[in-house]
Amino acid sequence: MSDAIIELRDVKTHFPIYQGFLLKKPVGMVKAVDGVTLSIQRGEVLGLVGESGCGKSTLARTIMQLVPTTSGMVIIEGRNLTQGTAASLRQTRREMQMVFQDPYASLNPRLTVFATLAEPLIVHKICPADQITARVAMLMELVGLAPRFMQKYPHEFSGGQRQRIAIARALALEPKIIIADEPVSALDVSIQAQILNLLADLRRQMNLSLIFIAHDLSVVKHISDRIAVMYLGKIVELGPAADVIDRPRHPYTQALVSAIPTPNPDVERNRQRIVLAGDPPSPIHPPVGCPFHPRCPHMQEKCKAAVPPLVRIEDGREVACVRIGEI
Amino acid sequence: MPLLTVKDLRTYFHTRNGIYRAVDGVSFHVDRGETLGMVGESGSGKSVTCYSLMGLVPQPPGRIESGTALFDGVDLLHSSPAQSRAIRGKRVAMIFQDPMTSLNPYLRIADQLIEPLLIHEKISKKKALQLGGEALEAVGINDVARRLQQYPHEFSGGMRQRVMIAMALITKPELLIADEPTTALDVTVQAQILELIKEMQRELGMAVIFVTHDLGVISGLCDRVQVMYAGKVVETADTRALFYQPKHPYTRALQRSIPSMQPKGAELYTIPGLPPDLSKPLPGCPFAPRCGFATDRCHVEEARLAEWRPGHDQACLRVQAGEI
Ligand SMILES: Nc1ncnc2c1ncn2[C@@H]1O[C@H](COP(=O)(O)OP(=O)(O)O)[C@@H](O)[C@H]1O
Ligand SMILES: Nc1ncnc2c1ncn2[C@@H]1O[C@H](COP(=O)(O)OP(=O)(O)O)[C@@H](O)[C@H]1O
Ligand SMILES: [Mg+2]
Ligand SMILES: [Mg+2]
Repeated sequence: MSDAIIELRDVKTHFPIYQGFLLKKPVGMVKAVDGVTLSIQRGEVLGLVGESGCGKSTLARTIMQLVPTTSGMVIIEGRNLTQGTAASLRQTRREMQMVFQDPYASLNPRLTVFATLAEPLIVHKICPADQITARVAMLMELVGLAPRFMQKYPHEFSGGQRQRIAIARALALEPKIIIADEPVSALDVSIQAQILNLLADLRRQMNLSLIFIAHDLSVVKHISDRIAVMYLGKIVELGPAADVIDRPRHPYTQALVSAIPTPNPDVERNRQRIVLAGDPPSPIHPPVGCPFHPRCPHMQEKCKAAVPPLVRIEDGREVACVRIGEI
Repeated sequence: MPLLTVKDLRTYFHTRNGIYRAVDGVSFHVDRGETLGMVGESGSGKSVTCYSLMGLVPQPPGRIESGTALFDGVDLLHSSPAQSRAIRGKRVAMIFQDPMTSLNPYLRIADQLIEPLLIHEKISKKKALQLGGEALEAVGINDVARRLQQYPHEFSGGMRQRVMIAMALITKPELLIADEPTTALDVTVQAQILELIKEMQRELGMAVIFVTHDLGVISGLCDRVQVMYAGKVVETADTRALFYQPKHPYTRALQRSIPSMQPKGAELYTIPGLPPDLSKPLPGCPFAPRCGFATDRCHVEEARLAEWRPGHDQACLRVQAGEI
C-alpha cells in the first residue's frame, strides 16, 4: 500500500431504473458497481476484464467521477473525491484522462488535430500561447504522428491514427493516470499491436498508472501487471497478470480463460472447454449469495448463503470464492 | 469434386471516387463437410467475397466483373433466377455478424423462422411451425412455444445469434457461410456459438466457410484456412500448416503482431503503413509496400498464388523463388 495512486474502498455505483411513460417511477436499481475495494500503484498497469455489462466502464467512470458514487470512497493521490470540493475535483480530473474504444466518436470531427490538442493546453493554461504549436508538435511525435499532419481532420486518418490522436489528447494535460476503456477493441490486430506498444512505451517513459479495460484476455495479459476480473459489479479475482490467466483460481476466471480460443491448432483441438451456459445475468436482479453460483460448475448450497468476500489466498492473489480451498 | 469451386472472382465497386477492386481474382474451393476459414484485416474483401456468392452485392455500385462459382455444378454467379432460388437460402445459407441483418424487427420469430420452409418446401404451416420449434430447440433455446411468439428485441445478443443460426439451418443447407458471427459477442457466448456450429455441422454434414479476423477462432474450428489481403488470397493451407509453417510474409507478420503468440510484455511486431487504397492501380504484390522482405521486383511483378507444398499455396514471389 506504500505508493497507491488510486484507492477504492467499498465503492458502489447504482443506477435507478425508471418505469412508466410520463410519471417515471423508480422501480429498482442496477448495481453496476457493487462494493469494489482496490488500490493501484504509481506506474502500475491494472487490467480489468469481464463479460459485457459486468460494470467495467461504470467503474472507470466512477473513478473519473463522471457518475455519482452511491457509497464508498474514491481516493486519488490521498484526496477523497467523493467528499472533495469542486476545485479539488477539477484538479484531480486533470491528473486522470480517459481513452475510449471508438476514437471517431470521442474526437470532434470539426476540429483539426491542432485544435483538438491545443484546446486542453489553452483551457488549462499549460503553456504560454507562443509555445502551443511546439507543444502540439511534441505531443504528436510522442504518439508517433508526424507533426506535418497538424491541420488535418479526424476523418482523414485511419482508425489506428485516430486512436493515437485520442491518446495524445489524453496526454496533453500530463496526467498521472490514464483509463483506457477498450482502446484496441475496434482495431485490426496489426494496428492493435502498434497501440499496445505505444501505451507500454508511454507508461515506461512517463511512469503513468494505466487502467486497461478489454475483453480480449490475451491483450490484457500482455500489457498488465495485475488483472482484476469483474462479475456483476464485483471483483471476483485479482492478482499478477500472468498468474491470473495461466492459473486462474476463481471458477468464473477459469471459465472465462477457457473460452478464449488460442491460435494454436494442436492445443485447441485437445482442449476441454468449460462452456458456461446462458448469458451473463442481469445486474438488476443479481443472484443471492455468490453472484456466479447459477452458472458455476462447482456450486454447492453454501454458495447461495452469502456473498463471498475477496480474500487473499497467496502472495498478491485474491479470490472471492468460498470453495477456493476445495476446488 | 469439391462442393463449391470459385474461380477468378472479381467484384468491383464503381463509385464517384473511383473503382474499388474489393475482390480481385479470388479462387478457392470448399469440399463437402469441411470448414474453410477466411482471415484478413478489415477491408480485405472477406465479406464481399461471401456476398458475391449469395447474390447480396448491392448493384450498383457493385459489379461482378468476372469469375465462376460452381456449386454442385451450378454457377452461382450466372444462374437463372429460378436456379439461384433453389440454391440460395436453401442449399447455401449465410449468417452475419449482426443478427439484425437477417432478422426483421417487426415480425415474430415464428413467422421469420418458417419463411424459408414455406418458400422452399411444400409443407403445411402447422408442420413448418413444428419444425421451427425443433430448430430453436436444436440451437439451445428453451421455452420454445413462448419464444416463437416473441419479437427479435426480446432476445439477448447471443440468443438472436442462435435464432439466426436456426433460421439458416432450418433447410439443412449443404454449405453455411458464416461472416464473423461471433465478433460482437463475449468470449463466453462465442464459445457457445462455436460449439453449436460444430455440433450442427457434425449432425448435418454441412460445409462451412467461416470468416473471422481472429486466428484463435480459426485454429479450433477450421480444416483449412485462406488468408486475404487487399482483395486477393495470399496464402491457403491446412490449418496446422498455416500456423506452424506460414510462408507468406503477411501471414507471418499477422502472427507476430498478436499478443497471444508472443511472450508476455514483448514488443509486438507491427506492420508498417496501411493497407493499400483499392481504387489505385496496384502493380506488383499488394503487400510489397509494407513488407520487410520486398525487393524491387515485388513492386512491379504480379504475385500469383502458386503451390508451395501440395495443398499449401502462397503468393509471395520471393518464397516462390526460394529466396526466403
Ligand atoms: N447510466 C446508466 N443508467 C442505467 N444503467 C446503466 C448506466 N450505465 C451502465 N448501466 C448498466 O450498468 C451495467 C454495467 O454496465 P457497464 O459498466 O457499461 O458494463 P461493461 O463496461 O462491463 O460492459 C449494465 O447492466 C448497464 O446496462
Ligand atoms: N457498398 C460498397 N460500396 C463501395 N465500396 C464497398 C462497398 N462494400 C464494400 N466496399 C469496399 O470493398 C472492400 C472490401 O470490403 P469487405 O469485403 O467488407 O471487407 P472485409 O469483410 O474483409 O472487412 C472495402 O475496401 C470496402 O471499401
Ligand atoms: Mg464497457
Ligand atoms: Mg466483413
